[in-house]
Amino acid sequence: MKKIRVVHYINQFFAQIGAEDKAHVPPEIKKGALGPGILLQQLLGNNAEVVATVFCGDNYYAEKSEVASREIVTMVAKYQPDILIAGPAFNAGRYGIACSGVCHAVANKLSIPVITGMFKENPGIEIGRGLYIIETANSAAKMKDALTMIVRLALKLVNNEEIGAPEEEGYFPRGIRENYFAEKIGAVRAVDMLLLKLAGEPYKTEYPIPSFDRVPPSPPVIGLKNQKIAIVTSGGIVPKGNPDRIESSSASKFGEYSLAGLDKLTAASHETAHGGYDPVYANQDPNRVLPVDVLRQLEREGVIGKLHELYYATVGNGTSVANAKKFGAEIATRLKKAAVSAVILTST
Amino acid sequence: MELVLGKITINKISFGSQTKVKDGTLFINRDELMSHVAIDERLDSIDLQLARPGESLRIIPVKDVIEPRVKVDGAGGIFPGFLSDVKQVGNGRTHVLKGTAVVTCGRIAGFQEGLIDMSGPAADYSPFSQLNNIVLVLEPKEGITRHEHEEALRIAGLRAAAYLGEAGKDQTPDETTRYSLIPITAHANNLPKVAYVKMLLSEGLLHDTYLYGVDVKQILPTLIHPNEGMDGAIVSGNCVSACDKHTTYHHQNDPVVEDLYRRNGKDLHFVGMIVSNVNVRLADKERSAEYAAKLVGLLGVDGAVITEEGFGNPDTDLMMLCKKIETLGVKTVLITDEYAGSDGLSQSLADGTPEATAVVSVGNANVILELPAMERVIGHLESVEVIAGGFSGGLRPDGSIAVELQVVMGATCQLGFSSLAARAR
Repeated sequence: MKKIRVVHYINQFFAQIGAEDKAHVPPEIKKGALGPGILLQQLLGNNAEVVATVFCGDNYYAEKSEVASREIVTMVAKYQPDILIAGPAFNAGRYGIACSGVCHAVANKLSIPVITGMFKENPGIEIGRGLYIIETANSAAKMKDALTMIVRLALKLVNNEEIGAPEEEGYFPRGIRENYFAEKIGAVRAVDMLLLKLAGEPYKTEYPIPSFDRVPPSPPVIGLKNQKIAIVTSGGIVPKGNPDRIESSSASKFGEYSLAGLDKLTAASHETAHGGYDPVYANQDPNRVLPVDVLRQLEREGVIGKLHELYYATVGNGTSVANAKKFGAEIATRLKKAAVSAVILTST
Repeated sequence: MELVLGKITINKISFGSQTKVKDGTLFINRDELMSHVAIDERLDSIDLQLARPGESLRIIPVKDVIEPRVKVDGAGGIFPGFLSDVKQVGNGRTHVLKGTAVVTCGRIAGFQEGLIDMSGPAADYSPFSQLNNIVLVLEPKEGITRHEHEEALRIAGLRAAAYLGEAGKDQTPDETTRYSLIPITAHANNLPKVAYVKMLLSEGLLHDTYLYGVDVKQILPTLIHPNEGMDGAIVSGNCVSACDKHTTYHHQNDPVVEDLYRRNGKDLHFVGMIVSNVNVRLADKERSAEYAAKLVGLLGVDGAVITEEGFGNPDTDLMMLCKKIETLGVKTVLITDEYAGSDGLSQSLADGTPEATAVVSVGNANVILELPAMERVIGHLESVEVIAGGFSGGLRPDGSIAVELQVVMGATCQLGFSSLAARAR
C-alpha cells in the first residue's frame, strides 16, 4: 500500500528557529518531520509519513498573510501531499490564525484535506469557519492528546471515511449544515422532542437559532435637495431579458444597471427575475418595485439633488445570508466611490 | 367526531375500459377521466399519463399532488368548498386509494413548481417517487391570467382525484384506522396536553391555501378538528418552492396529526389543531400570531408543535408564534427546513427568537443535486432552469440536470413527512 503523504505546518517557535525575535522569518520547507512532527510521525504509524515540514514566522504570516499563503502553497505543492496538518496552535493567537489561513489556502488551491487544532478561545477558530479544527487544551503540555485526536480524524479524512459529529470526533462545529437521513421522520422527531421538553428532560435541538445582528437605522439625511440618492433592490428588477441571468432563487450575483436617460421604467424596458412572488404586477409596471418614476419626479421638483445614474438589483429569494452580505458590502463600496449619500432599499 | 379511514392498497395502475379497483390494481378509463377534467374552458389541452415507481421518468413542472379519496359514510364530501357542499367533514367513513396520487403538471404557472423523478437520486428525496402517479398535463388557453391558470390547474387536480376516489367506494379496505379525539373534559390523568399549530401559506400572489374553499389570507387563525384535513378541507393553491410547500396530499396525510393520534392517550393528550396563516404585512403577521397564541392559551395545553410552510418571509411568522406561545408558558417544538447555501455555511433562517430552543430541521434545501437524464419526460424539461432552485446552465444537452434540492417535490416538507434532516458538521 502506498504511504499517505503528510505535510506539517508549524511556526518558527515549534520549528526551533527562535521565539519572538524570529517571528519575522519567511516560510521555509524542510524534508521530513521537525519538532512536534516527530511525535506526529509516531502517532501516524507506518501507513503515513511526514514528508515535509513547512514553517513560517508568526509575524511574517500576520503581516503578509496573502503573500505568505501563496509562498506556502507553492512549497507544499512540490511534495504532493495527501493531507496538510497544521499546528496544533493551542492558545497562541497569531499561530492559530496562521494555521487556519494556511489550511484554507492549501484546501482551496490543492484540493486536499486539511486539519488543525487549537484552544477554544483561539481567534484562529473564527477565521477557520468550514475547517476541521480539533479542540485542544490551552498549552503545549497536552501536545500528545491534541495530536492523537488530530491523527485520528486526519486518517479518516484521507481515507474518505464517514466523519462523525463534532462531539464524537472532537472538532469544533465548522458552521456547516449537512443533510442526512435520520431514523425517524421529522414529525415523530418533533413529538419526541416535545415530550422530552415537557418532561423537563434533556433534549437536543436540531438547529440552534443563531443570534441575529440587528442593524441600527442611520440618522435621517439632512438637506435632501443637495444629495445624490441611489436605489438598490432585492426585488429582482432587471433590464428586459435579464442580461446577467440573475437566478430566480438563491442568487449568486447582483447586477449593476444604468438609469441614464430613463424617465421611468416600462414593461418593455424592465422586468423582474424574482421567483418568490407573483411577477404579474411587477412586470406590468416595474416602478412598483424600483420607483424610478417617483424619484425622477422628486429630482425635477428639487426635493432630491440627483438620482444616481446606476442602480443595483439582485433576487432576495432563498438567497443565502452569506451571499447577501457579500453583495451588500460590494454595492456599498461602489456607492461610496460614486459619492452617493443615501440609498433607498426596496424589497418585495 | 370519529373518522374511519379505510386504506385500499394500490400496487399497480393501468388504463382500462372501466375505472375500477381489482386485486390491488387501479384501472382507469382514460376518456372518462379526461372528460371529467375537460369541462374547464380555461384549459386548452389535457393529456393523461401514468408514472410508476422505478421508471426512468421525470415529471416537471409539477404543481400539486392529490390523493384519491371518497366519502363512504358521514356528512359532506371530499374537498368541501370546491367539489362538495361546505358541510363539515371528518366524520364517518372515508376510503383512500393508498399508493396512488394525481399529479398536476403543464406549462409553468408560477416560478416555483417542482420536479418528481420516478427513479435515480432525486427519488430518494420525494415521497411522490414511491407512488403510482396519474399525471395530468394541463395546458392553459392563451390569454388567461396566471391566477386563472393556477385555479384551473388546482380544480382539475381535485376533480381527477375525486373521480378516481369513487373507484374505492365499494371496496373492502386492506386496513382501517379510527381517528377520534378524547373530549377535553375527559382528560383525566396527568398526561401532557398537546396542540398542533399549523401555518398555511397565504402570501397571495400564487402562494395561497384554502380552508373549506375560503382563501386563508382572509381568516383569523382558527380551531379545526384534525380529521377535517383528511377529507380534503385544506387544499393547496400554492406555487411556493417545491421542496417545502404543502401539497394537498400532505394536508390529507399530515404526519404530525398521525403521530399525535398514535400517542394520544398513551404519551399525551392530543387536544386539537389550530391553523394559522402567513400573510405578507407585518400587522397581519402580528394579528395572526397573537390570535393563534390566544387559541392555544384557551385550549389550556402544556405543549404545542408548530409547523412552517414556505421559507424566508414565513420564518418571521414561525418565530412570532413561538415567542408568543412560549410566553404563555406553553412549551413549543418547531419544524422548519434550512436555506444554508449550497455549501451549508450560511445562516439557515431569515429570523430567530431566543425562545426557539427546540427545533427539528428537515434539511438544507440549497444542496445541489446532480441528476441523470431520464428516458422519458412528462411536461417541460426546459422549465428546470427557471423554477425556484434551478439555475441557468443547469440543463445540459444530454438531458442531465444540476438543481438545488429545492426543486424536488416534498423534499423538505416542514410537516416532517420524511426522514431527511440537517446537522452540524
